[in-house]
Amino acid sequence: MKAAVITFPGSNRDGDVAKALKQAGAAVVPVWHADTELPAGTDLVVLPGGFSYGDYLRTGAIAGRAHIMDATRAHAARGGYVLGICNGFQIACEAGLLPGILVRNAHLKFVCKRQHLTVERNDTPFTRAYAKGQAIDVCIAHGEGNYIADAQTLARLEGEGLVAFRYADAGGKVTAEANPNGSLNNIAGIYSPGFNVLGLMPHPENLIDSLVGGTDGRGLFESLVAAKAA
Amino acid sequence: MKARVTVTLKNGVLDPQGKAIEGALKSLGIDGVEAVRQGKVFDIELSTADKAAAETALKAACDKLLANTVIENYRVEIGG
Repeated sequence: MKAAVITFPGSNRDGDVAKALKQAGAAVVPVWHADTELPAGTDLVVLPGGFSYGDYLRTGAIAGRAHIMDATRAHAARGGYVLGICNGFQIACEAGLLPGILVRNAHLKFVCKRQHLTVERNDTPFTRAYAKGQAIDVCIAHGEGNYIADAQTLARLEGEGLVAFRYADAGGKVTAEANPNGSLNNIAGIYSPGFNVLGLMPHPENLIDSLVGGTDGRGLFESLVAAKAA
Repeated sequence: MKARVTVTLKNGVLDPQGKAIEGALKSLGIDGVEAVRQGKVFDIELSTADKAAAETALKAACDKLLANTVIENYRVEIGG
């Protein structure tokens, strides 16, 4: 598994996601946003978390038009894997890789806390290491994580099983109280129709070491490495 | 040539910032405020003197970057 981690001006979780990928057995190549081509043999493109371009204009808007995003869209169109985490999810939506948009949290506050998610399906390249319906304990840290889409798009996401993760309580119940930001249907992450692009607001890369809080995030990176090997 | 692009949220899109501003105006005792929606204004200077060319360029600017048409509408005004 060769993973290209893109650094945009203002990305700050590129190092952490690289560490998580290496721990799972991936080879990681750092890539600068102004590059026009991905390294030869790239299996996975990662759009990391952070505050690209200081969140100017709209979160992810300027990074979503970076040169490297043309190559990333072509990679996704060939069926290549793309993972967008937090600001990377916002960038993926702005770049047209995923539908909808992430807007200001409904309560207007930045949220930074532990958060449980349900794994909606475990038959995708990103989630095979989890059980279907499993409640995983990860972290969220965002001010604009409120996922919205028009009614037609939302119906399509639900109908085609493209919701990857939902905000839930520790018991795996998807409730309004467990929704930290106002996202429609408690959506924390979504897939592309081919299940090769995943965008999610939570940070699985924070939870890869029991010394710093838990290991529930490891399954996502291990799933990807296993998917490539399969 | 100067131009102004105004980007506003589409009807029905939740605007928590507008709501907070609305609440603040009400708490200041400003009478008659029924609703506030927040938008963005871009003042743009163009090198062209051709109005049609300016309109084409600004429409492309809005569609490609300035507005996210999933949630936003835009209006272009071209001045002298």
